[in-house]
Amino acid sequence: MKRISIFLTLLCLASLSLRAQNDLLDLLNEEQGEETNFATATFKGQRLINGHTVVTRKTAELEFLISHRFGRINSGIKEFFGLDAANVRFSLEYGLTDNITAGIGRNSLEKVYDGFIKYNLMKQSTGKVNSPFTITGLSSIAIRTADNFDFADDDFASKVSYTQQILIARKLNDKFSVQLSPTFVHRNKVLENQENDIIALGFGGRMKLSSRIALNAEYFYRLTDELNSNFKDALGVGIEIETGGHVFHINFTNARSMAERAFITETNGDFFNGDIHFGFNISRVF
Amino acid sequence: MKTIKTLFTLALLLTTLVVQGQDRYLTRTGHIKFFSHAPLEDIEAHNNKVLSIVDLAKGQVAVDMLIKAFEFEKKLMQEHFNENYMESDKHPKSTFKGTFEVPQELKAMIDGTYVVDVKGDLSVHGVTKPLNTKATLKVSGGKLSGDLVFKVKVKDHEIKIPKVVVRNIADEVEVTATFEFEPYK
Repeated sequence: MKRISIFLTLLCLASLSLRAQNDLLDLLNEEQGEETNFATATFKGQRLINGHTVVTRKTAELEFLISHRFGRINSGIKEFFGLDAANVRFSLEYGLTDNITAGIGRNSLEKVYDGFIKYNLMKQSTGKVNSPFTITGLSSIAIRTADNFDFADDDFASKVSYTQQILIARKLNDKFSVQLSPTFVHRNKVLENQENDIIALGFGGRMKLSSRIALNAEYFYRLTDELNSNFKDALGVGIEIETGGHVFHINFTNARSMAERAFITETNGDFFNGDIHFGFNISRVF
Repeated sequence: MKTIKTLFTLALLLTTLVVQGQDRYLTRTGHIKFFSHAPLEDIEAHNNKVLSIVDLAKGQVAVDMLIKAFEFEKKLMQEHFNENYMESDKHPKSTFKGTFEVPQELKAMIDGTYVVDVKGDLSVHGVTKPLNTKATLKVSGGKLSGDLVFKVKVKDHEIKIPKVVVRNIADEVEVTATFEFEPYK
């Protein structure tokens, strides 16, 4: 009987000490449970260089984007290294919901009007819900309205092109994000040695150099062969600077146009021959 | 005699267990708001998923929250908050652990309002600093709730504010916490 009593006393003490060891923070840690941790800021803007990123605007956010692409740097001092000739694009891009963004834009080169809709299908996350990628679908239309290009005198449909993209991105770590962009471009009318449909694979990457400065790169590899094509794959590198609601891009690319049809399928500059266009994007989110 | 002793020990054992069961109060839906007042703008954010536990027997308190659970009116601001200032991927949580003197009436859960001095350590952005503040604990009909307001210097926790936004973000942010506890089993 005495043994039992000692045993019980010990048990009583043990229960006390056990409780005492149980740190309140550890206890809360256990109570916290598993949450879904979404990857934030895979990319900062809706564009990497020329192409779209997986990013969409949030509900009721309005983005005003001003982009410039100057002439070729190797055009020399007479053209002031390209700065004499600028292609300008203005656009307004609006978040209809957190996952759907629509935009309209206007390019000075070939006087192109464009419109797009973007839908974020999946978000990269860990924890309770585990998804390896962020995936966004993009559908865009562009209409050339200039008076002096190949199909300027043709009917309206001849001036229209469409682009469909599936943008697949992954933030690898807090510094490095990559994106793969399978692309399908359809041009209603093309020249004899061109294909109406072009399939391309876009590759993009962003590397943070500091908390607000990043290095961006983008490359579109065309899988469709064209007869006698003088066109090149679009390649671009850029520096991205972010301050509050602004994102600035300083870009160097062999593409002059900012319309998907034109830069993916009709880039004619040779990057390594110095046919490089200096340019910038300024984005402001309201 | 032996039987009495055993019974007494048994009773003591049961009391320890039972009493300890009622000393702890927990919430999973605590609310924390922070407010930054600067010349150019006022910024506030709310977290409604704050965990907190109070042990009235020992006079201990702990708070645990996920930084990503703070919600801002502007989503872009929320992204900047997580990515550039709090570095939430590196430091996902903020915690507080403290002690306080428990008035006898509070220990007995008698209705009333009790102001206590809490001393502890606040961990934000991976940097732990001592924090001493007053907290108000309220007992009403067997329910325990707590309120506290304190200020945190952003610099103390090594959160860097770039010069361009120095007029947008305060050096010192005001933190307001509201907890409605439930007995913890």
